[in-house]
Amino acid sequence: MFGYYLDLAIRSLKHNKVLTALMVLAIGVGIGASMTTLTVMHLLSGDPLPGKSASLFRPLVDPDPTPSRKHDTPMDVMDYRSAVDLWNAHRADRQTLVVDSPVKLAAPASKMPPLMPSLLATTADFFAMFDVPFQYGSGWSDADDQRRSRVAVISASLNDKLFGGANSVGQILHLRSTDVRIIGVLKPWRPSPLFYLVAGGRFAHGDTAGFYGKPEDVFVPFSSSLEINDGYFYQFTCWAAPKVPGHLIDAPCEWVSVWVELGDAGKVAAYRRFVADYAAQQKALARYTNADNTRLPSLMEWLDYNGVVPGDVHLQAWLAFAFLAICLCNTIGLLLAKFLRRGSEIGVRRALGATHAAIFMQFLIEAGLVGLLGGILGWLLTLAGLSLVRQQPTPYADMVHLDEWMFLTTFVLSLAVSLLAGTLPAFRASRIAPALQLKAQ
Amino acid sequence: MEIKPIFATLGRHKFTVCLLIAQIALTCAIVCNAIFLISQRLDRMAVSSGMAEHELVYMQLAFIGARPNAMARTQADLSALREVPGVQSAMIINHLPLSGSSSNSSLWLDPAQRMETMSATQYFGENLLSTLGVQLEAGREFSPEEYRDLDKIDKALQTGDMKEIPSAVLITRTVADRLWPGQSPLGKQVFIGRNFALTVVGVVKGLARPNQLERGAQYSLIHPVRLSMSAGSYYVLRCAAQDRERVLKAALAKLNALDPNRIVLDKGSWDEMRYNFFRNDRAMAGILVGVCLALLVVTALGIVGLASFWVSQRNRSIGVRRALGATRGHILNYFQTENFLLTSMGIVLGMLLAYAINLFLIVHYELPRLPLAYFPVGAVLLWCLGQAAVLGPALRAAAVPPVVATRSV
Repeated sequence: MFGYYLDLAIRSLKHNKVLTALMVLAIGVGIGASMTTLTVMHLLSGDPLPGKSASLFRPLVDPDPTPSRKHDTPMDVMDYRSAVDLWNAHRADRQTLVVDSPVKLAAPASKMPPLMPSLLATTADFFAMFDVPFQYGSGWSDADDQRRSRVAVISASLNDKLFGGANSVGQILHLRSTDVRIIGVLKPWRPSPLFYLVAGGRFAHGDTAGFYGKPEDVFVPFSSSLEINDGYFYQFTCWAAPKVPGHLIDAPCEWVSVWVELGDAGKVAAYRRFVADYAAQQKALARYTNADNTRLPSLMEWLDYNGVVPGDVHLQAWLAFAFLAICLCNTIGLLLAKFLRRGSEIGVRRALGATHAAIFMQFLIEAGLVGLLGGILGWLLTLAGLSLVRQQPTPYADMVHLDEWMFLTTFVLSLAVSLLAGTLPAFRASRIAPALQLKAQ
Repeated sequence: MEIKPIFATLGRHKFTVCLLIAQIALTCAIVCNAIFLISQRLDRMAVSSGMAEHELVYMQLAFIGARPNAMARTQADLSALREVPGVQSAMIINHLPLSGSSSNSSLWLDPAQRMETMSATQYFGENLLSTLGVQLEAGREFSPEEYRDLDKIDKALQTGDMKEIPSAVLITRTVADRLWPGQSPLGKQVFIGRNFALTVVGVVKGLARPNQLERGAQYSLIHPVRLSMSAGSYYVLRCAAQDRERVLKAALAKLNALDPNRIVLDKGSWDEMRYNFFRNDRAMAGILVGVCLALLVVTALGIVGLASFWVSQRNRSIGVRRALGATRGHILNYFQTENFLLTSMGIVLGMLLAYAINLFLIVHYELPRLPLAYFPVGAVLLWCLGQAAVLGPALRAAAVPPVVATRSV
């Protein structure tokens, strides 16, 4: 029967081309708009490290000792002392420190003029903790962190720029006035968002597109970079003026992020206790005043807390779905008009023995066919919409693409919308009394 | 025009009528809010900088070698820049209006207050007023002996030597009105970071902040602080608008001749800076305009589709009416009135919905209340849309000849 109904549907759609085109257009435009925004939402709200994120946590403490300032929540990042203490304790499976700063860079082996890329000061565990893929060489060891080794890992794009993509392990880079040796080159790596540096989202008023920028181009051991780029570190905030701007070791400033990897729930509970104990001990030493203000959010909780998906993207998604709702109304109205117009055809079919259910199915299949055509148009419009998004001046523009899941969703959504739109008109059509229709002939 | 028969007819198509009303209501609600959002973005983009906007070019450079002689080298750079033909004035400033990131401080009227009174951006740099074209409204400019070097201030903060820290400050009119409404701010004191008193010596008409416009676009202070070239600061040159491109090129060449070993991080005219700052807002406004147009088109097509259906369904009754003496005008009028009634019902419902959506936006996106003026504008827009959409089918209905009444279907 399905084949026959499909044949009937095609005939009917061909019969009134204008009306068909109007319906396909309405569904297609609605699907195109909502899938474009949904794809962007999907990209921005996704898990940057699927399978790994549940074991990554961010300890937070409140090192501001000003007695009058009582924070409801701990600060987003830490002062140097607290961060290094937690890192040195090695109580987690893995732990790392991260802070970024701009650095002047030149490669003697390349003819390029000096560059001003971003430098990530971090520790040995960074690469293993965050599943960072290597193209050549590898990261550094704990011993390099202790020895303040002058080594660096560079990004694929910097390697392309300076060395034309060749294996540059062993090459020398000038970072400001220090020579460092390249020991590793990353594969192209683009986590969305740049989760390990996300902080301060609650002060951003929804303007959080900056969290989706590219990873840094140079990675250097934390201890070494504090010496190499001394004077060029930026604080997140300070509770008193730093003595020398940009030199933040032992400054009354919060500027270092700490991440830990904890394998199971027991370890998480133990680490939570450890951070609380550390704060209490620091209070006993009169370094902290708010010892009970510690937290240990997981990676996804942290992203959620920072509201990483920009407000504009949310707003666009709401708009697109309201638009889809209007297109749905429109399609219902047009389908109803189309179906009820065929009273005589329905009358004849009913008189010849077709059941209510058969008529209902016939019209639903016709609605589904409209949905399929609308889906194809919607898919094309989504591709066009995404290419428009790629031209927008947003940091995440280069990542926007339609993956296979979103491709499937396009057609599922479009079929669902058309069947939803078709249900009522098909039901009304199936209830038409055959006798009345036949008499009118 | 008798409207009772119209209601009687509509009553026979309750479901379709409800659908059309719902669609018009949704369109009305979304279009009202979208236009409001667009106007919000446009307002934001129209912020006044308080400067001679079209006469400024800027250059941001990275690090001139070692720090000890930075001040001398900066002064050498500036005097070289002043010699560039066409340059009227040159300065170094910590950040510019709409340059993106800012240094801000909390202000206290009384240091014993629990919470700060407000937060404002701090501008540093010599010759700021004359170079940027900021207008002094009351009081005086800084005298040359009031200026202090930034690195000396840093040292003074360390040693607690308050004499080295300049206490004179210029504030914008907005800051003055916020701190001392209705009073003259000249000579008044305000505390910065709770423990340091500043004395207001003058008021400027306006000077926009580098960012955070939503928290007071003109909340700015100017301090008598002399800068050296360091990360983040800008060289700013004032010249005639038509000379900007040439002056910028000549200035960069001159700086490069003085010290080729530095990196130009950013350069351009301030107009370009403004253009780039509002890129996202412009893109969002564009998207909203697109959505509005698409919505109106889809709704119009829906009205055309349904009206055409009704016209063909009522072909015979139209013929009967025509045979009984109704003119073409009567028929045309009938469909237009019908559409007017439907649109009106949709608009009433749409206004309520628009208000609800606005409440949602107020809660989630910190948007202000939808001004009442949007409601009549939205209503007129939809009425026009409805009439335009129904015109085609109504004309077709009016063209139905009376003879149809005598034919069987």
